[in-house]
Amino acid sequence: MVLVYIDHFGGTAPTVAWEALGAGARLAEGSEIKAVVMGQGVEALAGEAVSRGAHGVVLADDDRLKEFRPEVYADGLSEIIRQSGAATVLFPTTSRARELAALVAVDLGTGITPDAIQLDRQNGAIVATRPIYAGKLLTKEVNLAHRPQLLTVRSRSFPAPEPDPARAGEITRVELDLGQPRTEVTGYKPSGGGVSLADAAIIVSGGRGVANNPGLQPPAELTSEKEQEIWRAREGFKLVGELAQVLGGAVGASRAAVDAGYIPYAHQVGQTGKVVSPDLYIACGISGAIQHLAGMRTAKTIVAINRDPDAPIFKLARFGVVGDLHQILPALIGALRQRLGK
Amino acid sequence: MDFSLGPEHELVQKMVREFAQKEIAPSIQEWDRKQEMAPQVLPRMGELGILGICFPVNLGGQGMDFISLGLACEELEAVDTTLRVVMSVHVGLCGLSLLQWGTEAQQAEFLVPLARGEKIGCGAFSESGAGSDVANLQTTAKQDGSDYILNGEKMWISLASKADFALLTARTDPNPKRRSQGLSSFIVDLHSKGVTTGDLKGKLGVRAGSTGWISMQDVRVPAASRLGEHGEGFKITMSAFDSGRYTVAAGAAGLIRACLEASVAYANGRKTFGQPIAEHQLVQAKIARMASDYEIAKLLFLKAGWLKNQGVRNTVETSRAKQFATDASFHAASEAIAVHGSYGYSDEFPVERYLRNARGAMIYEGTNEIHSLIQAGYALGNRTDKALRREMPAYESTRWQAELDSPPIVSR
Amino acid sequence: MKVIVCVKQTPDTAATLTVVGGKASWGDAPLVLNPWDEYAIEQALRTKEAHGGSVTALSLGAEAAKESLKQALAMGCDEAVLLSDPAFERADSLVASAALAAAIKRIDASDLVFFGKAAVDTDTGVTGPQVARRLGWPSLNLVAAISELDPAAKTITVERLLEEGRQIVRSPLPAVVSVVKEINEPRYPSFMGIRKASKAEIPVWTATEIGLQPVPEPALSWPEVTAPARTEQSCEFMSGETAQQQAAALVDRLIEEKLI
Repeated sequence: MVLVYIDHFGGTAPTVAWEALGAGARLAEGSEIKAVVMGQGVEALAGEAVSRGAHGVVLADDDRLKEFRPEVYADGLSEIIRQSGAATVLFPTTSRARELAALVAVDLGTGITPDAIQLDRQNGAIVATRPIYAGKLLTKEVNLAHRPQLLTVRSRSFPAPEPDPARAGEITRVELDLGQPRTEVTGYKPSGGGVSLADAAIIVSGGRGVANNPGLQPPAELTSEKEQEIWRAREGFKLVGELAQVLGGAVGASRAAVDAGYIPYAHQVGQTGKVVSPDLYIACGISGAIQHLAGMRTAKTIVAINRDPDAPIFKLARFGVVGDLHQILPALIGALRQRLGK
Repeated sequence: MDFSLGPEHELVQKMVREFAQKEIAPSIQEWDRKQEMAPQVLPRMGELGILGICFPVNLGGQGMDFISLGLACEELEAVDTTLRVVMSVHVGLCGLSLLQWGTEAQQAEFLVPLARGEKIGCGAFSESGAGSDVANLQTTAKQDGSDYILNGEKMWISLASKADFALLTARTDPNPKRRSQGLSSFIVDLHSKGVTTGDLKGKLGVRAGSTGWISMQDVRVPAASRLGEHGEGFKITMSAFDSGRYTVAAGAAGLIRACLEASVAYANGRKTFGQPIAEHQLVQAKIARMASDYEIAKLLFLKAGWLKNQGVRNTVETSRAKQFATDASFHAASEAIAVHGSYGYSDEFPVERYLRNARGAMIYEGTNEIHSLIQAGYALGNRTDKALRREMPAYESTRWQAELDSPPIVSR
Repeated sequence: MKVIVCVKQTPDTAATLTVVGGKASWGDAPLVLNPWDEYAIEQALRTKEAHGGSVTALSLGAEAAKESLKQALAMGCDEAVLLSDPAFERADSLVASAALAAAIKRIDASDLVFFGKAAVDTDTGVTGPQVARRLGWPSLNLVAAISELDPAAKTITVERLLEEGRQIVRSPLPAVVSVVKEINEPRYPSFMGIRKASKAEIPVWTATEIGLQPVPEPALSWPEVTAPARTEQSCEFMSGETAQQQAAALVDRLIEEKLI
């Protein structure tokens, strides 16, 4: 039997939790797949697990589980796993679930394989593939003898099953022997402000092309060409900023854009600005002169948007869009908002 | 013979490198363009103890040896020459002269705050009419009771406008028997009445630094601030150079390394004729020469540093290290520009700054032409080292690292 | 306060990593102190500066790991201990956490143990929590700030970085705290620290000395390491008559390739 722990925050499960359920269903290969839902007032979540493919749900709904506290949840989950006799337990990789899985692994005296991007069955054991060295390499990892096998599943590595109200499954409530928790959650605070350029996983960068929008009419009081150019550039960078925001990324700029006064130096990417290494780098209106490339060439994937099909940046880009960024960016922002449900 | 650097030296190198790369490198291009010194340089180098790295702990320093000083200079100049210039004048010319020639009272008054980075020191010898010909300097110091009254102007003085005091050599005897006998050296408080300083702009290189002039009009200096004996100024000035030019030599090795690293990175990325230019043999030749020159420059300064640790006179070794490394760094920078092609000509890349900075080091701390004459003197047997009244003390780790209540390090 | 900080020696993150004989190789690149552990050391030192006491750096590794312990000493830790034993060579987190917990028990009477968020080589991020579980102490993971620490009352309040925001947790001491980089800015080693560190003799404890007999068998094994497939680098242009079509095509591809 495969158990899948459905991580949630306040009764809402992140997509990766359902991806883990999907991964579990595949591994179960027809045998039983059950979800574990723990919390307070989370019956609806148990129902959702069934609609997304769980044959059954073990539900622990308890006041003491209202706030996520790893030691309390681990006490409960270890008990559930022991009772279930499951050979495999999957978790989504989230801040909570990774830690929970780690503690349960100690309780059950077994291994924990975090962040699997691929799962295969081999001779009765699950062989996981996971990234190491910040994703520069991949390793196969297997738990040959210790049981159960505990694994967490990396987001966007497996498809999430769509909810199907026609599915049916038994929701079993359990009472857990939890004891007195020692830690206390006293509140929450929003995280810090915007994404910093140096750390950002996604960067949307603008170049000189951002100012190139002759159709856009600047306000009448700006009379000099330079003022008008800068105004157009700032309007262009608003689009760049909006795209960054939708993607949860940071805003970068080429040196040319900074020198021209379109955007402050703090955003400069390149030899004399910051060297960045994001997973995704979207270059808008940037030609791809070598000094800019020096700052962003270690980006894992580069997308280039430029009206010139021969711009050097396309040599480095994995995906390219030839067109006017003043039309492409709004279209992109719209499409993303729709697809990502924002 | 052990050529390896011990764990202490490795940790020193790593620490200074991290500081320079993390705190100065990101904005150095901007300050170089502005022709101004970044305001955090002196305070941070002071706070971190870099400004007192090779002075005994009981004199306010960090108790590390001369090789650590050299390694620190290498790491600083690998980011920008101006960082190393600070070491050359504050530690090299001023601080180490106080260590070698200062009385206990002078060390307490001047060296301790300098080593702690609380005060900044510099060296003031050159004038508009006297550079290589030190003995010809014209700034006067006339005795007035137990004081001296100084008049004149010093030029090409690094940190002139930033320093608190200067080791300054002036003419105390207008008609000495021998030209080199008429000079005396002083620790001049640059906040004294009659002292004005200013910065020189428009230099080809070391633009993120501070090079200026010191003008003195009837500046009163007490005899207690005279370093060494009356008339000993020429010897003190020459000894100061042995310290200052060691830092230049070590720094220039760092500059060669910076040229090498920039060239390797660029050559591996830039493609021409279907392959990275690192595959082209003429580019390889340039890089091989840089790698080799770096190794040679490093060995030369490490040997000079080792001699300093032993307390052995090292004038010719330091001269050789300085001349070789600075000539080689200029060559390396020029070749690094060639490797970068047109991009080497733009300040988008650091190599043009390396070239502009490198040229200065061939001129100051003894022009490389003078260094040829110095070395020829030794090689031809015309020049030998005479014992000085005060020699630079050898490095002794237990004594130099011992805390405050140890006896002061005053050499014979 | 008696503070312990657990550190690991790892390859430099700037190193080029290749696969040699099915195993990861970093060539000549040096081994360094795990970057995340610098934040842990810094926090341990700040705790000592605020509340008095001592900081002991502890590492499980090979003899070479003494270099990283020296760096911890140079930053200001008072003592360092290396756990080294052939039995730990194939350690997974099950074994590593057992060894570290046993060593922490041997050091005895500690109030607070710090870990960095994860090691940059294995990237699991589980060792700190597992050590806490073995010790029977609260695990405070992904800590971005310590808002309160009262050694007399034996309480600590922290801010944990979750996806949804910061969770504020109060816990009794002793506890294990794993920190993230938002918590502080690590200091450079001081020259005095460098002098002390280079002279330091670091004791080596074996499995017997920490009372870990027998050493648990690792649960995990690693049959193969591979390099991720390098995609052919030629640009894929989005086709479409209108900007809307091109944009839609791009979003499709980005989602397909799991980039967003």
